[in-house]
Amino acid sequence: MNVLLRMLACTLMAASLAHAQPAPDPLDARLKRLETDLRCLVCQNQTLADSDAPLAVDLRNEIREMAVKGHSDDDIRAFLLARYGDFVLYKPRFTPITWLLWLGPFALLIVGGVIGWAVLRARARAAGAEAPTPAAERTARELLS
Amino acid sequence: MKTLRWSIPLAVFAILVVFLAIGLTRDPREVPSPLIGKPAPAFRLAQLDQPDKLLGPADLRGQVWLLNVWASWCVSCRVEHPLLLDLAKAGIVPVVGLDYKDKPDDGRAWLAQHGDPYRVSVQDVDGRAGIDWGVYGVPETFVIDKNGTIRFKHIGPVTAEALQQTILPLVRELQRS
Repeated sequence: MNVLLRMLACTLMAASLAHAQPAPDPLDARLKRLETDLRCLVCQNQTLADSDAPLAVDLRNEIREMAVKGHSDDDIRAFLLARYGDFVLYKPRFTPITWLLWLGPFALLIVGGVIGWAVLRARARAAGAEAPTPAAERTARELLS
Repeated sequence: MKTLRWSIPLAVFAILVVFLAIGLTRDPREVPSPLIGKPAPAFRLAQLDQPDKLLGPADLRGQVWLLNVWASWCVSCRVEHPLLLDLAKAGIVPVVGLDYKDKPDDGRAWLAQHGDPYRVSVQDVDGRAGIDWGVYGVPETFVIDKNGTIRFKHIGPVTAEALQQTILPLVRELQRS
């Protein structure tokens, strides 16, 4: 019994300790969110948040410093855009050179829809031409009865 | 109508092939710099051989110059180094070195061992100047005109081909203007 009580006490203590851990820093959370949307230029398929490349470490420090100084997320993005270009953004901006990228899929959907509609209509018309007229149907019924 | 049935998919396929073929000829590691046509980002950094003296782009106004980003830890810098030495010997255009994220002692030792093609090298120990110049893969080489505007950027080791066909013709053209 004594052992059981002790075990229970230990469990409770561990549980309370786990609760006592500090809440995540809001700045950390904000930077993490921001860095997940930015591309590391050295290992191009990794985000700035995930990359261990020295440049990514430097840029994370730079971003943190800017954030501490009170710069907004947009300021930080503009800072990186001015130096590394659109490539740093995982979500490209809507500019003339990215129009095709953003609108292309919708344009393709519309083109496909128009072609599909035309094909279906042509098919329906062809089927309609082969369907018997009411008069022919009457004649056929008379012949069968 | 019958021809449409196969000509449309064929046309779509052909367009796709053209796009993919163009994509194959491009190097995804070469990210176009937004700094082309913009004023060279300012810095004032200690010179590698005379740390008490500072140098920045402002000091080079009025002449066409190259900024070559290098480091003693950079393996591919060794590939382009003989070309830079030749370029320095020819004396066509001054090359300024940016010793990027390097220990100054290591940088000096590296130049002593491999030869120094630079008019001056400056120390960018923390890599701040590199960030301002959008450096992400050493070596990188920039062409800066007389007004201090960046006109061209070469990413990776300079090749003889890039030097003869792109960089030097551009330098000559900028020197004339």
